[in-house]
Amino acid sequence: MKPTEFMQEKAIVDLIDGMATELKNRLQQSGIIDPVMIGIHTGGVWVAKQLHQTLEISEELGTLNISFYRDDFSRIGLNPQVEPSIIPFEVENRHIILVDDVLQTGRTIRAAMNEIFDFGRPASIILATLIEKDGRELPIVADVVGMKPTLKEGDYISLTGPSPLTLVMGKPS
Amino acid sequence: MTSPSISIINGRLIDPANNIDEVTDIHISQGEILAIGDKPSGFEATKIIDASDKVVCPGLVDLSARLREPGLEYKATIASETRAAAKAGITTLICPPDTDPVTDSPAVMELIRRKAKQSGYARVLCTAAISKKLEGKELSEMAELAEAGCVGVSNAYKPLGNTLIERRALEYASTFGIKVFLKAEDRHLRNNGCIHEGIIASRLGLPGFPEAAETVAVARDIALAESTGAALHFQRLSTAKSISKINRARHDGIDLSMDVAAHQLHLTEMDADGFNTACHVDPPLRTLRDREALRQAVAKGDIQAICSDHQPHEPDAKEHPFPDSEPGISALETLLPLTLKLVQEKVMSLPDALHRLTAGPAAIAGLPYGRLNAGSSADICIFDPEAHWILNEDNLLSQGKNTPFLNWEFTGQVTHTLFEGRITYSLDKES
Amino acid sequence: MMKGNRQTNSKGQLKHFLSIDGLTRDLLLEILDNAQNFTSLATQGRSVKKVPLLRGKTITNLFFENSTRTRTTFELAAKRLSADVLNLNISTSATSKGESLLDTLHNLEAMYCDMFVVRHASSGAAHFIAKHCAPHISVINAGDGSHSHPTQAMLDMLTIRQHKGDFTPLRVAIVGDILHSRVARSQILALNTLGVSEVRVIGPRTLLPYDARSLGVHVYHDLIAGISDVDVIIMLRLQKERMSGALLPSEAEYFNLYGLTEEKLQHAKDDVIVMHPGPINRGVEMDSAVADGKHSVILEQVSNGIAVRMAIMSMCLGAQQDIDMEVSA
Repeated sequence: MKPTEFMQEKAIVDLIDGMATELKNRLQQSGIIDPVMIGIHTGGVWVAKQLHQTLEISEELGTLNISFYRDDFSRIGLNPQVEPSIIPFEVENRHIILVDDVLQTGRTIRAAMNEIFDFGRPASIILATLIEKDGRELPIVADVVGMKPTLKEGDYISLTGPSPLTLVMGKPS
Repeated sequence: MTSPSISIINGRLIDPANNIDEVTDIHISQGEILAIGDKPSGFEATKIIDASDKVVCPGLVDLSARLREPGLEYKATIASETRAAAKAGITTLICPPDTDPVTDSPAVMELIRRKAKQSGYARVLCTAAISKKLEGKELSEMAELAEAGCVGVSNAYKPLGNTLIERRALEYASTFGIKVFLKAEDRHLRNNGCIHEGIIASRLGLPGFPEAAETVAVARDIALAESTGAALHFQRLSTAKSISKINRARHDGIDLSMDVAAHQLHLTEMDADGFNTACHVDPPLRTLRDREALRQAVAKGDIQAICSDHQPHEPDAKEHPFPDSEPGISALETLLPLTLKLVQEKVMSLPDALHRLTAGPAAIAGLPYGRLNAGSSADICIFDPEAHWILNEDNLLSQGKNTPFLNWEFTGQVTHTLFEGRITYSLDKES
Repeated sequence: MMKGNRQTNSKGQLKHFLSIDGLTRDLLLEILDNAQNFTSLATQGRSVKKVPLLRGKTITNLFFENSTRTRTTFELAAKRLSADVLNLNISTSATSKGESLLDTLHNLEAMYCDMFVVRHASSGAAHFIAKHCAPHISVINAGDGSHSHPTQAMLDMLTIRQHKGDFTPLRVAIVGDILHSRVARSQILALNTLGVSEVRVIGPRTLLPYDARSLGVHVYHDLIAGISDVDVIIMLRLQKERMSGALLPSEAEYFNLYGLTEEKLQHAKDDVIVMHPGPINRGVEMDSAVADGKHSVILEQVSNGIAVRMAIMSMCLGAQQDIDMEVSA
């Protein structure tokens, strides 16, 4: 079945703006003044770019390629097409906002945190995700969520982009 | 035990030695051929073999077959290999001297002869060593070896120390009229080559065995044969250039003969591609051009004998990276099939092909075999020239299974072999 | 499994890495892309330069021929992937004492390792080992006789691509002892598979293989003519044995005829890159000015070596589950 368009760019931009506001409040409450941001390839980076700009974070945006940390490597092998990880700042003792597009099983976030810790020891990690789905397989919780849509069991949802940003959903073939 | 009286009837009798090619009968008694054609009066055959639609020819004479005994019984034995020879229609085998101990004394020759007689499948004769222990330094007791019945002397596939030693060895042998069997090879030029120095060697990065390593030696050996007057036989030639050199020398009156291994008439360096150790042979498989020249020389009769160059090995010998594997093919059972393939590929006629397996080698070795005269030893091969069969490990009788011809389809299969009037092989009795 | 090319499994994924021969252009490019990704690991500000990709796997270095350089590169690559490494230096005299290569292999398999990295003096040794080892083990050829050194060729290709981008218009010259060089044979195969415009080999007749053109190259005996207008020059190492083997008279004559100097480099393209598999014989293959000069990319080759080996090891061990592909999504 062809994937159907679920949400168009303007609505998504609004959603991300909402996330930015929530993040601002959170940071204020926790007294964090100088966070850094890391987006997870590929969709997380698109979301992070907008958040990074809106929140006016001084350090450059970091990007993470978690393919070397996946737990299903022996089943799916390497994917050479993804950009490598680039963290242009010291991780040690920083408060990190980790951004992804879809949170479901939690395995991607587990891999991302393992990789971040190989760069250094952060002071804290705040997880922001555009979409949250049911189906957690690990004890991972998002701190800031853009939207939690109601989906039928087995449906997938994914972010396409970078321009225009579109959320599509459908059944796996 | 008296040998039975046998009549082989209705077969196409091909005896190149006597120029016979006709459908006729042959009668055997007391281990000898009694008559060809009508049976003699008073002769009653106790066994009749109907050879309708089959070819009846002299038992094949193989100029070089290693039986590995004494010394290398883990590879093969005289019993196992002569049994395979019988299945292959071969009744006379000539064994090179690189046994262990080396065949440089009448005692070793006698041991081999006795073992062959015990098994009773075929006649085994020897080329004895030309140098003590085959070391290529000191002469062996050639006169005594000749007295003991060797067909000639050779240094197997090992080099002679230098040209002076070679000259002296040839002079000494020729004193007593002993034929010298040489493998022409300049070991310095060979430089550890294990495959023809050509495009396959270049691509696989394997040490190459250049054509010049054979042709330089051939030129040298021809010159020494000429100056010493020795009778020289070139074993296992592999290059077109060697053939033309030797032909020219023979034209000039020098006493030279040549043989070729059956596999050299079919395979080339391309077959060794992919590090195929089954095609690791010495001399190496060369180019298509060389193969064509060898075929032409065999067809014309410049090369008088096709031999098997039988070298059975234990499986481990070939289970190594190519340069570390041992060269050689287990070849008795493909000698006739590969020769018949030449006939099928219209390289030569059937009688000419059979000549290269019978009268030709017998003449080179100076033996009264490979022919069907009245009074000759009843060594006979009967084969069905139309039978299709496939060579595989199960029907390969030799102890060595090292052959690149496994799973090859052949046309022409031995149905009976007789040695000294006894049936030593019968296809329908095979279990 | 396909009989044709034993190096890839039925899905076309790399299982062994024995020779460039038979591998497709797409597969070579995939190796380069993966290797490029791994190069970033060494350059970033990571405190941990490892990734856990091959954690729990055991890689055994089976070196029948001594080589500290190559062995340490493979070891480093394996460790950066979090694999465990076993180093076995088996001199050939040990095997000649009775234990055949096959026996050595079977004894090692009892130790349950996942990959053999093999270096051996006989051409075809890596193929032989891949043919005979247990089905779950991957074999990587670290150099067999004069036949193949495919990981070296790939790191050379990566270096070329980093500087030149597209392979298609390139003219590449390989200079020196091609006859004995497994590196050169692999480079020629890789360059031709990747579709370069021209591969040239340059050397005296004694150091060129029989009918070198059959390898897919143009042959030159004159260095200047050979490097005219080329984009890449690869200098091969000259072994000392070549003088005693009557292949060359002296290093001095070799340097005069085939050694690279800044002056001679003028004949190549302005942006020519100079490569060498190492270690360099200064004053024989090239003078110090060239070795340390702006055209030389030799040090990059070394660091690319680790990334390339990481990529190849990961690809081979990543395709393991082909045997029972019951994928539960």
